[in-house]
Amino acid sequence: MNRLSALTLALCAGLFAALPAAAIDAGTAAPEFQLNGSRGAVNLGALKGKVVYLDFWASWCGPCKQSFPWMNEMQAKYGAKGLQIVGINLDAKRADADKFLAEVPATFVLAFDAQGDTPKRYGVKGMPTSVLIGADGKVVQMHAGFRDEERKALEDAIVAALK
Amino acid sequence: MTKKTLTALLVLGAALSGCSALQPPQPWEKGLLAKPEMTLGGDALEGRFDVHILNSKEAASGGSGVGGGGCGCN
Repeated sequence: MNRLSALTLALCAGLFAALPAAAIDAGTAAPEFQLNGSRGAVNLGALKGKVVYLDFWASWCGPCKQSFPWMNEMQAKYGAKGLQIVGINLDAKRADADKFLAEVPATFVLAFDAQGDTPKRYGVKGMPTSVLIGADGKVVQMHAGFRDEERKALEDAIVAALK
Repeated sequence: MTKKTLTALLVLGAALSGCSALQPPQPWEKGLLAKPEMTLGGDALEGRFDVHILNSKEAASGGSGVGGGGCGCN
């Protein structure tokens, strides 16, 4: 009976334990990940020394579609200066992502995380979410959403991180 | 501990926690919810008309679908 009561207590405690993943603060090391990508495996550690703009997107997300041409532009503009944009697709079905990419091509590195493990560790709160990671592997800023009026601020942050 | 107190404890635990044990979908898990057929309401044309009226009266848009995944940017 004692074991049963302990089990009950544990169950009650478990019911209260909701664990929302916290967003990552600026200055902390960006969590490592290893994912399958469009051009082989994508590994954050291998990109150390470059400024990484990590973008979590999905095919069903409207603002993500708007952000793709902008990200292509940024990659073309700042790629030579050490910027690497990595788009992490979070679609449950790969076919949805491929359909999206046929419509909106991407010239940057793409990775696929159907399990949703990476966004959980990064504490993604909305779609799309971008994470700017400095050359030292530390998070510079995290940003949710993509609005027209934010393009300038996002570009400025990239430029500042490249300096 | 008697069986009665145990049952009471279980009921109390369930009542206090309510639906908090059920986790809402994560932002990246809303692919199915974002489909047009998942919006509440029947006729699409009538729905658009209603949203148009609401937007003009409330001076605010959005809220009639999941779209951007809850960040308010779609």
